[in-house]
Amino acid sequence: MRTSFIETLCALANEDERIWLLTGDLGYSVLEPYARAFPNRYVNVGVAEQNMAGIAAGLARCGKIVFTYSIANFPTLRCLEQIRNDVCYHEGDVKIVAVGGGFTYGAQGYTHHGVEDLAIMRALPNMTVVAPGDPVETRLATRAIAGRPGPCYLRLGKANEPVVHKLVPPFTIGKAIQLRDGRDVTLISTGGMLQETMDVAKRLAPNGIEARVLSMHTVKPVDVEAIVKAARETGAVVTVEEHRLTGGLGTAVADVLAQALTRLPRFCKFGVPDEIYHAIGSQAYMKRLAGDLFETVQALLRQRLAA
Amino acid sequence: MVHKAKASHVGTCLSMTDLLAVLYGEILRVDPERPNWEDRDRFILSKGHGAAAIYATLAERGFFPISWLETYCCDGTRLAGHITHFHVPGVDASSGSLGHGLSLACGMALAGKRDRLPYRVFALLSDGECDEGSIWEAVLFAPHHRLDNLVALVDYNKIQSFGTVKEVLDLEPFADKWRAFGWGVREIDGHDHRQIYDALNGVAFETGKPSVLVAHTIKGKGVSFMQDKLDWHYKSPDAAQLARALAELGVSA
Repeated sequence: MRTSFIETLCALANEDERIWLLTGDLGYSVLEPYARAFPNRYVNVGVAEQNMAGIAAGLARCGKIVFTYSIANFPTLRCLEQIRNDVCYHEGDVKIVAVGGGFTYGAQGYTHHGVEDLAIMRALPNMTVVAPGDPVETRLATRAIAGRPGPCYLRLGKANEPVVHKLVPPFTIGKAIQLRDGRDVTLISTGGMLQETMDVAKRLAPNGIEARVLSMHTVKPVDVEAIVKAARETGAVVTVEEHRLTGGLGTAVADVLAQALTRLPRFCKFGVPDEIYHAIGSQAYMKRLAGDLFETVQALLRQRLAA
Repeated sequence: MVHKAKASHVGTCLSMTDLLAVLYGEILRVDPERPNWEDRDRFILSKGHGAAAIYATLAERGFFPISWLETYCCDGTRLAGHITHFHVPGVDASSGSLGHGLSLACGMALAGKRDRLPYRVFALLSDGECDEGSIWEAVLFAPHHRLDNLVALVDYNKIQSFGTVKEVLDLEPFADKWRAFGWGVREIDGHDHRQIYDALNGVAFETGKPSVLVAHTIKGKGVSFMQDKLDWHYKSPDAAQLARALAELGVSA
């Protein structure tokens, strides 16, 4: 995803000289093509994220479109108040990019697990929150946020994520992409869980379960229409995210369901429980600790049958 | 303003008012008719709790009607207790949480440098906010990028929230710290208009370096019962105190 991001950013910077890139001294072997091509619109600010966010806000006050780049929680939580006050309150064109969303940095440990970022960024006024599902969506999302006025958060994985979209889909901020249709349940995925969600949907088919799959690449503003339609047409909704169960996609979808519908569907959030934070292991290992999506969906549907 | 709104921070306003008077009277290249003029000098009040003083300065300078000052901190109006840019002409940035302004100023100065624009960026800091680590991130950044279009002013009134700076968290040797980080440094009496003017008229203090003016000031300056008194970080003057203060300052209400 990070390669898709930087290639797209280079293309954008070629087209629009307002584009800048700041990094908090991370992105070695990733950012160099941009730094070489646009040295006048690139700064490595050093290991100083609060300053990076403030500088980005200052540049944005001077008409720039500023991407800030770092990993996991560093470009978000470390400088949260600068983002809230200096970026969001000033409606600055600052696009915060975090590589290593979820458990991408698995065995690096707790400090490098970005599993509260969606919730926290989503709470900020004026903030658009985007977590693309694969490299194709990453390209489209990077271009989309550059053209969208105001603060945005782009949450990426790292490298070698599978390409899920065989064709380039239409991409609009705030509009989910349907990858698979079904009548029995809707799986709503955000970020790098998209491939696994598709795999689970395919595994459910032989059991007579036709699952609809939505890529909810924009967590804020979330696609209310697609959620309501899914609930009405499939009667069961499961949200899927590499993120804590509090405040992320699952909460956003639950809010919509509770407010928009009088007859609620069966609903379940699949994500990372609070209890998981001392564990050490690879991304795959950490995700297994969070649970089994295939089992979760089947359990939910068994409940529906029993009800 | 502060009396009517029953607001606080009058002491901090008085300690920096002479700096603002010289800045807006003589130094800053700004135009009230064109508050968003691209080449204007920028001014960031990083110690956002001095809002009343900057609003009064901007009104006097003609950025908005003086009658607005009566609305300070009132419901549904524009002038908040910490400086707010939204729909307030002449305010380049909002602040209120300490330690943010110098980074914003660095960003603006960097944009000016890279775009080869002639403007300068001034940021007024409190001494207390130099406790914030984020200030020192920016102090490190500006000389590295040779931001000689950046000027920091420190309102060094030597009182912070709980007591004197020396008691709470000593900044000394303060000027030496900035010098060691690579800034051009001058120290002045922050209430002497001639000294303020001469210093600010002489920026950048050193070629290729950002400048810092350490202004030695007195909290509550000009009002005998407020001077050097911690209480006036919090208290709001009542009618009698207001009358006495204005009499001492030689102005009418």
